[in-house]
Amino acid sequence: MYKFIARRLLSTIPVLVIVAVLVFLLLRLTPGDPAAILAGDAASRDQIAQIRISLGLDKPIIVQFGIWVSHILRGDLGESFYFKIKVTDLIAQRLEPTLALASFTLVIAVLVSVPLGVIAAWRFGGWFDRALMGFSVLGFSIPVFVLAYILIWIVSLKLGWLPVQGYKRIGDGFWPFLRHLILPSITLSVIYIALIARVTRASMIEALGEDYIRTARAKGLPESRVLIAHALANAAVPIVTVIGIGVALLIGGVVVTESVYAIPGLGRLTVDAVLARDFPTIQGVILFFSFVYVVVNLLIDLSYVIFDPRIRY
Amino acid sequence: MDADAFSVEAAGVRQHESAWRRLRRNWSVRIGGSVLVLLVAIALAAPLLGTVDPTLFDAGSRDLRPGMTGQITTLDGDTIPHRFLMGSDSFGRDIYSRVIYGARVSLSVGLLVALLALAFGISAGLGAGYLRWLDGVLMRFMDGLMAIPGILVAIALVALWRGSLTTVVIAIAIPEIPRVTRLVRSLVLSIREEPYVEAAVSLGTPTWKIMFGHILPNTIAPLIVQGTYICASAILLESILSFLGVGLPPDIPTWGNIMAEGRVQFNEYPHNVFFPGLFLAVTVLAVNILGDGLRDTLDPKMARRV
Amino acid sequence: MSAVLEVRDLSVALPAGGDRRRAVERVSFNVERGEIVCLVGESGSGKSVIAQALMGLLPPALPVTGGSILLEGEDVVKLRPERLRELRATRMSMVFQEPMTALNPVMTCGAQIDEVLRQHTRLAPGERRAKILDIVHEVALPDPERIVASYPHQLSGGQRQRIVIAMALVLEPVLLIADEPTTALDVTTQAQILKLIQELQARHGMGVLFITHDFGVVAEIAHRVAVLRLGEMVELGAKIEVLMRPQHFYTRMLIAAVPKVHPQGRSADASAPLVLETRGLSKTYVDRGWFSGRRAVNAADDVTLEVRRGQTLGIVGESGSGKSTVARCIVRLIDPSGGQIRLGGEDIATRSRAALRPLRRKVQIVFQDPYRSLNPRRTVGEAIIEGPRNYGLSRREALERARRLMELVRMDPGVLNRYPHQFSGGQRQRICIARALAMEPELLIADEAVSALDVSVQAQVLALFEEIRARLNLAMLFITHDLRVAAQVCDYVAVMSHGRIVEQGPALQVFGGPRHEYTRALFAAAPGRDFAFGAG
Repeated sequence: MYKFIARRLLSTIPVLVIVAVLVFLLLRLTPGDPAAILAGDAASRDQIAQIRISLGLDKPIIVQFGIWVSHILRGDLGESFYFKIKVTDLIAQRLEPTLALASFTLVIAVLVSVPLGVIAAWRFGGWFDRALMGFSVLGFSIPVFVLAYILIWIVSLKLGWLPVQGYKRIGDGFWPFLRHLILPSITLSVIYIALIARVTRASMIEALGEDYIRTARAKGLPESRVLIAHALANAAVPIVTVIGIGVALLIGGVVVTESVYAIPGLGRLTVDAVLARDFPTIQGVILFFSFVYVVVNLLIDLSYVIFDPRIRY
Repeated sequence: MDADAFSVEAAGVRQHESAWRRLRRNWSVRIGGSVLVLLVAIALAAPLLGTVDPTLFDAGSRDLRPGMTGQITTLDGDTIPHRFLMGSDSFGRDIYSRVIYGARVSLSVGLLVALLALAFGISAGLGAGYLRWLDGVLMRFMDGLMAIPGILVAIALVALWRGSLTTVVIAIAIPEIPRVTRLVRSLVLSIREEPYVEAAVSLGTPTWKIMFGHILPNTIAPLIVQGTYICASAILLESILSFLGVGLPPDIPTWGNIMAEGRVQFNEYPHNVFFPGLFLAVTVLAVNILGDGLRDTLDPKMARRV
Repeated sequence: MSAVLEVRDLSVALPAGGDRRRAVERVSFNVERGEIVCLVGESGSGKSVIAQALMGLLPPALPVTGGSILLEGEDVVKLRPERLRELRATRMSMVFQEPMTALNPVMTCGAQIDEVLRQHTRLAPGERRAKILDIVHEVALPDPERIVASYPHQLSGGQRQRIVIAMALVLEPVLLIADEPTTALDVTTQAQILKLIQELQARHGMGVLFITHDFGVVAEIAHRVAVLRLGEMVELGAKIEVLMRPQHFYTRMLIAAVPKVHPQGRSADASAPLVLETRGLSKTYVDRGWFSGRRAVNAADDVTLEVRRGQTLGIVGESGSGKSTVARCIVRLIDPSGGQIRLGGEDIATRSRAALRPLRRKVQIVFQDPYRSLNPRRTVGEAIIEGPRNYGLSRREALERARRLMELVRMDPGVLNRYPHQFSGGQRQRICIARALAMEPELLIADEAVSALDVSVQAQVLALFEEIRARLNLAMLFITHDLRVAAQVCDYVAVMSHGRIVEQGPALQVFGGPRHEYTRALFAAAPGRDFAFGAG
């Protein structure tokens, strides 16, 4: 087991290195002078030259990368062009709303999707199964922002139950905080529910076709026990895996959802930074999101130890 | 085991039909395919469908509700009466024309991204699956690329390159490549273990012939399915980029741009968002349904998995 | 004697589009207390469908359409689901074919046995534990405490099957249904499991319905035998009667098709020219972990053998013995780690792929699985001419050769433009033989080439191999786990175990007086070896 954990920990290092290289190269991939692009269209020659020196763009690219990485390792992501503060501080400021939105979404999605997938697999081919599959295709197909506007239109504008937009910090009281999060979380969870329910259903169908399910039935166990203790226990690994992979989807969704609902989180920050061509911030946010994604998937892989005894020994 | 043997035989009976006939009998393929054909026809026939040039505007026809009649100024400066089926936006542009022409952008982006991602993914996947020295390096690279959420890669690339059809297509295709590569690589690795490939080796068939003659043809079905899904998610992502203002320039009629323009006045004029949103959702839905149908008929093994 | 199980006119429907209307057609038989009834048939005979019907485990696609299944007088067909669940594991139990997959991989073996007790009894935890340890001890598993705490993947196939048997018998049912319980096991493990079932049956006096395709197993274990063919019962009687004086033509055909365990006794010419010779051939798989250091597995170790023209060398061994590794090294599908492979005097063990090419056609191989040996997207004709075309034959000449070969393997040359899925397993194996012969090889390797086939088809394909060897004066390397098959076709036999050849020599000599301990154990384990089938 320790071998497995150690191997998995070590295997994230090359991934993180390549992520760093790619994020670094992102800026260098641009045709033309990066300093000129950074400076914007209205910049003077002197300003461009100054940017070039301040970013170390006059040095060889390997050296630049070395400097950049050494800064990152010291927790320094540079200073934002637009907001004029350290990118790390900027990320810290914007973290709470995104974290709240993402965790809310995750909880809703898992609580809804896993039971749905289990029931659909149990009644494979029946009306419930078909309805769920239909819903899941719809969930994959409807754009997050269209769904957001439909919900805003019905729930906030027509019914007036919930606020249209905005965010309240948890320090401002739990109820306002919750009221502002309900619609965004539901919006964001739809695609996630579609994904997890589909994978739950598929891996449950696969597990239910296994020989040990027949053994369990031959033992005279009731269906509920066959379904949970035998099938779901074996379907757990693909389900948690897809929850991890879906985090990428969640991050993408956060960017759009925060934009529509005017939530001042990291997703909104990404869009603002791109529109302002604020490159240190763009790099910093992408690096941060990728890091989170890698760490989440690392934790998920490590959780296999709980779900599958074959890894434990 | 006998029960199994029967189901295999029963399935075998169906396999005798050609893949084409099975496709035509599948309801998902029929529905998704027909809607898609209709959308392609609309996109191609856009000028014939009572539209005007989607970039035309008229200050006198701003913020019209759907179905109202107003006027529009042509490029020659003439003012002609026009019926705004889906209303107009705050510049006085015809939303109906913009939505219809927007289909062209969305469908071409979807198709081009799918082709591009497949082309690169297949080459990389075949390389990784067949050349051991390439495998490690290439797959680590793909792991790294996959660790960066695709939407962020696309946003950043478009922002750097400035939006045009080419840059948008490339930016959306790049994050899809690792997934195709992984799929092709795993297919190659499993197919090359098949006894019929080993038989070809002992028959003295050269490696390249085995690759293109035995292995590649057996990966086509899952790749077509994967391609459809990529097409659907590319259409979605393009509209998200446009909507966020980091995609194609705002004057180009894309569904995302129309919605981005309409969101400002969403409270009073929700149709500016809903009409393009409806088209977008229906298009993506049609492609996804088609994908599910193709998967069920062409790739039953995968159908059981997801 | 009193009937534990009475099956009367049982019929089970097949879904539309199958090859026949019913999976099982009006089948009737009894199982008495204290007897073992064997249900024998080839694949598709409906024998497993009957087993599942008895347990009420049939999938909805295969409904019982008529007849009754009386378990101690209660009709299983008409029972409510709750009552059926009460009967399972308490009155009737089942043991399955695949011990590797029959147990839940994420639950300990003890917990899986405990589930039965928790479901059907009100015993206290301590009593349950005592009962579990008892039954694990009774199925002769070593160190019950450890076994109970183990997960299935930590046990061998034979041990897992013992756990399944323990689970089935812990509540002392009156009927045990065993569905090919030893088919997936090696022959020595099979012998132990058969013995265990016999012992347990004698001790507890339950009725056993034993389903198998193997007449050797029938001869070993049955009291009475029922023979099934395409869902209908063609013969039912005492073991001796059925095996020695079969009445129905189908039973006679099946029994005649069982290969004899004693070799044919063909005298092989030791001076025929040498075609293949390996010297100290070895294949080592090295697992280089980041932390574990090097772990080497010797799949084949110092294998020295020779095959002469017109003769057949059989390599016999259980799974994991390295017999297929040797074959794959000789064809150079994998690269040997050491030793020589001399083909007509030239060593090909270390040749580069390019240098190997001209010699490839001399050695051809036929694989085990007829369903995966042909590319599903290519016609049979394309498959057969692929090799000759690689070596410069024109398309027309190659097709001409393909037609001749189809006749040689007793197939209609007119079907060359069909796709593999249109053929049965036996026919595909013939096509694979034709594909191999199209290269005009000097050595033909058959790697378990008849193992996936039903016994009647197997007999035909074996006869074909024999005929081809004789007609084309080929050297053959025949790899099999089945001693009967080896005895039938081989002039020489090499017995492999753990990557090494433990004994080799003329078939008559090895079969007649095995010298090595392992060979003796292997032969002793062959089911029904003392039984002269159809002698009467």
